[in-house]
Amino acid sequence: MSALQLIWFAILAFLVCGYAVLDGFDLGVGVLTAFARDDRRRQLLIRAISPFWDGNEVWLLAAGGASFAAFPPVYATVFSGFYIPMMLLLFALIFRAVAIEFSIHEPLKLFRLSWHFVIAGASAVALFMLGLVVGNLLNGLQLDAAGNYTGRVRDLLNPLALTTALLNMAMMTTHGALYLALRAQGELRTWVQRVAGTAWGAYVAMVVAVLMAATTARSGLMANYTAQPVLWTLPAMALLAVLAVGLLNHRGNHRAAFSVSVLAILGLLGSAVVAIFPRLVPAVDPARSLTIAGSASSDVALQAMLVVAALGMPIVLAYTAWLYWTFRAPVDAEPPRSASPRTDQAK
Amino acid sequence: MLDPVLLARIQFALTVGFHFIFPPITIGLAWLIVWLLTKHRLTGDDSYQRLARFWVRIFALTFAVGVASGLTMEFQFGTNWAAYSRFVGDIFGAPLAAEVIFTFFLESTFLYVLVFGWDRVSPRVHWLSSVLVAIGSTMSAFWILVANSWMQTPTGYVIRNGRAELVSFWQAVLSPSMIPRFLHTLDAALVTGVFFMLGISAWLVLRRQAVETSRYAVRLCLFLGFGLSVVQLGLGHLHAVQVAHTQPEKLAAFEGLFQTQAAAPLLIFGLPDPDNATVKYAITIPGGLSLLTDMRTDAVVRGLNEFRRDEWPPVLITFFSFHLMFIIGMALIAFPALGLLLLWRRQLFESVWGRVYLWLAVLVTPLPVICNELGWITAEVGRQPWIVYRVMKTADAISVSVPASHILASIIIFCGIYGLLFLVWLLMLGREVRKGPSEGETEPSGEGSA
Repeated sequence: MSALQLIWFAILAFLVCGYAVLDGFDLGVGVLTAFARDDRRRQLLIRAISPFWDGNEVWLLAAGGASFAAFPPVYATVFSGFYIPMMLLLFALIFRAVAIEFSIHEPLKLFRLSWHFVIAGASAVALFMLGLVVGNLLNGLQLDAAGNYTGRVRDLLNPLALTTALLNMAMMTTHGALYLALRAQGELRTWVQRVAGTAWGAYVAMVVAVLMAATTARSGLMANYTAQPVLWTLPAMALLAVLAVGLLNHRGNHRAAFSVSVLAILGLLGSAVVAIFPRLVPAVDPARSLTIAGSASSDVALQAMLVVAALGMPIVLAYTAWLYWTFRAPVDAEPPRSASPRTDQAK
Repeated sequence: MLDPVLLARIQFALTVGFHFIFPPITIGLAWLIVWLLTKHRLTGDDSYQRLARFWVRIFALTFAVGVASGLTMEFQFGTNWAAYSRFVGDIFGAPLAAEVIFTFFLESTFLYVLVFGWDRVSPRVHWLSSVLVAIGSTMSAFWILVANSWMQTPTGYVIRNGRAELVSFWQAVLSPSMIPRFLHTLDAALVTGVFFMLGISAWLVLRRQAVETSRYAVRLCLFLGFGLSVVQLGLGHLHAVQVAHTQPEKLAAFEGLFQTQAAAPLLIFGLPDPDNATVKYAITIPGGLSLLTDMRTDAVVRGLNEFRRDEWPPVLITFFSFHLMFIIGMALIAFPALGLLLLWRRQLFESVWGRVYLWLAVLVTPLPVICNELGWITAEVGRQPWIVYRVMKTADAISVSVPASHILASIIIFCGIYGLLFLVWLLMLGREVRKGPSEGETEPSGEGSA
């Protein structure tokens, strides 16, 4: 494994983590749309994510594009092996993208309601499918010598994959509620704090379930940890962070709760990465796993792409930060569109 | 028995074909919005801003469908074309990743500022956002065409370790068909945006909505539409000359040229018959094709007889899509020319002929979109049976782990979803257009007298 390959592995990990903490919260807010009391509240929820969701989703495309360019066999195996989950994820993202944009332009309450439920459903499906893919990667895939998936579709519904999928839903719903708390004041904040508490309960339960299911994995998840016991500190800190999220939310310390939630997500993802390293796609037959060294693109390609990433990503990070700063005001600070001040005066 | 190669190709064609309706519209509109906002900044005239607000709303709706249907493309190389992805990822992945990093982030961020930032950022930042969205969408076209051009005319690579490996980044980016293809496609996108604005503005004039600003938009689009369509004739020629020299069997299929010959004739009319390698009912200009490809009437142009029969592109599809594209392209020059004539004679907004013309302008709105699709069919079908020209066959490129039934099921769902999306887009578009740009605009009472 060359340094260049390792750098690209780090870039891919960075993009996946960026996707998880960023699109994670807007997908979570999407799920919460289903539980919001009325149209005004649902609109506030959408308003809280509308500047950011599209840019956040681009992180998924960036991670996909980076895997295509830097580790082509990984991109090929994951996307073709998970054909049905990937297609369902795609359909969910298509519906969600259109529903968010169209719901904002929709003046009729009934149609808006339909769009809001599409957003909620599509967000839930997307989170489930993403978790299912990650869980199956952790579990190990049945691959042939060329790297093609040879298992059945229903093999994808194993305990580890299902629990990871549910964990992803609970974790991101919690994350989304904590994000909303940052962007809300008044009664909306009270509501999301309560919702975050409930979702956090499911989050903790699913973390435990995933840990139990992980013992059934076929991919030798413990090998790295057994070889280097010091690595256990990472999952240990991730678990502490998961617990701290609930405590901080309960105390109403929203900024800290959201920050720790980010750390918890990164810690859990990082623990998974440590478990499969240096593989990218663990196979049931260890010789067939797709590794960093075995699936990397040529050095010329990796160098060229490194220049592209080094030129592009700092600029992306800069204007993304600018966007978050510019649109940071609480979403319920201004009156909703449906009740303009003029109508109030008319009464 | 279902053929997974055929199904994967049908799925790709359907999903790209649907997606390709929208980006040309939004690329064209993006630059028109930049124009309107620049005029507003320079003149301080609020009517330009009202017009820009209207078009930004329409842009946002169209862009949403473009983004949603574009997601499919990013997934599809891996889901349906895994063998292709493994073989060419070393080269093909780079432009896709560059597209994401340089353009998708830019577009998604500044689109929001453009659509919702009117009163929340300074006018200067808002104007800059419109420029960045336009640049982003144009650069997005650049990178995806880099990828496509490499499939048409691969350069800068070597076959090693059982895959195509990058040797020179810039040679791969600037493959021989890249610049002609980019210019041709970009101009097509601008023409599409202009005709889209022309059609909707003509309708608004006919409905007497925001008449003054809509008339301005009609005039603007007539000038731009004529100029850009004329330029397209030259760019299309440039592209075809490149095809003649880099993919001769494709040009032979464009032109129905079965025999290699000096002083090759240009077909004015005819029906190619690939089985007998002849063209029926041919009317030709002797030496015309040689003149076009090499600037000499006696130049040799290679015909399909030089190539193995099983490596011919599908002749009829390539031939007819090419010629239909050309015919529509000529109509796209003639139509705005007629409009400019009416404008010059002061009849466009004043006479019954003007009204007829404006109704026609509404009807021809989808013509450039159809023309784009035909151009795309010409380029892609003309490359068959290769997925990467003379490097990899389409039949060898699919995902072997995906059963045909799964592809078929996803095709059916795609048809449903895209049909629904298209319908909703049309409905939302119709509603925005009926509202018109007149929000806050009080029409002078004598306005409708024209």
